[in-house]
Amino acid sequence: MMLTIRNLTVAVEGRRILDGLDLDIAAGEVHALMGPNGAGKSTLANVLAGREGYEVLEGKALLDGQDLLTMEPEARAQAGLFLSFQHPVEIPGVSNLQFLRTALDCLRKARGEPPLDSAALLRAAREAAQLLGLPADFLKRGVNEGFSGGEKKRNEILQMLLLEPRFVILDEPDSGLDVDALKLVAAGVNRLRRPDRAFLIITHYPRILEYVRPDRVHVLHGGRIARSGEAELAHQIEAGGYAAVLEGSVA
Amino acid sequence: MSTAELDAALSQAYEAGFVTDIETETLPPGLDEKVIEYISVKKNEPDFLRQWRLNAFHRWQTMREPRWAHVHYEPIDYQGLIYYAAPKRRSETEIDPKLLETYEKLGVPVHERAALAGVAVDAVFDSVSVLTTFKDKLAEAGVIFCPISEAVQKYPELVQKYLGSVVPPGDNFFAALNSAVFSDGSFVYVPKGVRCPLELSTYFRINTARTGQFERTLIIADEGSYVSYLEGCTAPMRDEHQLHAAVVELIALEGAEIRYSTVQNWYPGDEEGRGGVYNFVTKRGLCAGRGAKISWTQVETGSAITWKYPSVILKGDDSVGEFYSVALTRGRQQADTGTKMIHLGRNTRSTIVSKGIAAGHSQNAYRGLVRINPGASGARNYTQCDSLLIGPHCGAHTFPYIESRNPRAIVEHEASTSRVSEEQLFYCRQRGIDPERAVALIVGGFCKDVFQKLPLEFAVEAGKLLEVSLEGSVG
Repeated sequence: MMLTIRNLTVAVEGRRILDGLDLDIAAGEVHALMGPNGAGKSTLANVLAGREGYEVLEGKALLDGQDLLTMEPEARAQAGLFLSFQHPVEIPGVSNLQFLRTALDCLRKARGEPPLDSAALLRAAREAAQLLGLPADFLKRGVNEGFSGGEKKRNEILQMLLLEPRFVILDEPDSGLDVDALKLVAAGVNRLRRPDRAFLIITHYPRILEYVRPDRVHVLHGGRIARSGEAELAHQIEAGGYAAVLEGSVA
Repeated sequence: MSTAELDAALSQAYEAGFVTDIETETLPPGLDEKVIEYISVKKNEPDFLRQWRLNAFHRWQTMREPRWAHVHYEPIDYQGLIYYAAPKRRSETEIDPKLLETYEKLGVPVHERAALAGVAVDAVFDSVSVLTTFKDKLAEAGVIFCPISEAVQKYPELVQKYLGSVVPPGDNFFAALNSAVFSDGSFVYVPKGVRCPLELSTYFRINTARTGQFERTLIIADEGSYVSYLEGCTAPMRDEHQLHAAVVELIALEGAEIRYSTVQNWYPGDEEGRGGVYNFVTKRGLCAGRGAKISWTQVETGSAITWKYPSVILKGDDSVGEFYSVALTRGRQQADTGTKMIHLGRNTRSTIVSKGIAAGHSQNAYRGLVRINPGASGARNYTQCDSLLIGPHCGAHTFPYIESRNPRAIVEHEASTSRVSEEQLFYCRQRGIDPERAVALIVGGFCKDVFQKLPLEFAVEAGKLLEVSLEGSVG
């Protein structure tokens, strides 16, 4: 397994959000994590990435056998974890290109690789921007500075394309996107699909799953995975809501 | 990320803190007329200058240290300081290799064959200038660039005409002290219509313990000329405080332009506030003629205390004054810095962009005055003051003073205060960037408007100082 989560129990300000969650994701797979508002989907993403403010009471999360929960956030990234943020923050004055170069330098250094040649990075970044329908001057703009919601989401995908992580968590990559932008985001994800890479897509809407076909769909409820199934499960949710699919589940 | 981690990220070692072991000729501590006579005789000065120094000294004796700045320090024992220290010369022509080593170690290009061939350097060590490069090449263009002690000998009429014309000896306590005891510094004269072919640079180094450095810089840009001047400063790490009280005067005649950039990295003292340089400096430029332009750019990261307000007197009609500043304080550092823009002429314009970054237990204040005199019709000022706080124990303060006596002038002021947020740090770290580089990246972005104004060589140095890899090498 690429990602193994066992009995993960997490509290925020004393309240249990995740309660004994188990999840396995194999290399090469795309999993979708769905669930009603407040079910703890983003909590899972943040805990795996190492954001502060979450108290892990029990359980473990392994990425390629490495114990994620004991690692610093940057070490998790260097181990291949990438989180596409639901609400990416602005970093005024730091250009997208400078940010990418710094991140790549750090990642490559951690892997013992030499820094990427500047010209090669620029070429790759321009190509990725074009693929995502972003304007030519996009790389010179400050990170998320004054970006529209759609631009922010696409910038996350741009970073994902260039940093080439092994395991990607996309936290609502589709919220607030029109159908054209959604297709571009999906194209970015599909481009990176490979046998040695895995994805966890967190979403409210089955819409994006039309464009990125998941291998498994999970429903988070009561702090754990309450129901799992094939891609078809997403359609059932769309047709009947969460109540319909959760009926008779353990939670 | 905890405050302690943030502080650690910002408190990189002070790399310039070594001491050069060299024989020096020093006066005993203390200040009286004899000391001033000694300095004047030592430098073989004409009578007018000796008298000028003595007058300044008498004036200084009647003055008091300014107390209005937002800084706190123990009283300075002026009789406990050394007012003259110079490395002993082994011969008239030969420079001690230890001095060359010192500057090489600091990354200052003192060899003319050095990679930075576009920069001429004047290297000042304690009280004297020890070498100046590219003099011949500058002389071809008619540009004078030499130690001010040499200018006093060779061009006394220029010195007498302009010395003290922008910062008079009685201007303030520290300027008066400097006028009495200044030992060396740089002198620049760019003739009419000449665009100085090289960047000029002075590198100041305080080495000897308990020594005050009182350099004096005088730059004159004649009509229609252009010059860009850079200064850098470092000092060894010592437990006691060192006083640096410089005066810089700039004169831009009609249509002339002076760009003056500083990367100030004096020893800031340790985390507990022991040692460090008191940087009490008076810098002022005069746009004397129509369409003259003076631009100050400073990156202030060092010194225990900074008290410094590079200013412009906009006398000529249509003249332009600019001030771009980055001041970073950490540990126990205190900075009270800003500018004065004095609008006298018509249609004069000034721009102030100040970026203050405070971390640790430091205090960082912007203090600025924009004065529009009654005759300055059509004058305009734009001021932007931004503060960035890192951690909960530091302070940022803004003291803007605006005095507009002309109803047709336009003065704009914008200010902001922000923090390096945990969100920003986490975002960077999630991309694999370690906390030190993340903080440097965020701070570098905050300072971008100012870094863009620095000449390239200094932008690189300033960037390194903040551990920032600058944009621009790609695309």
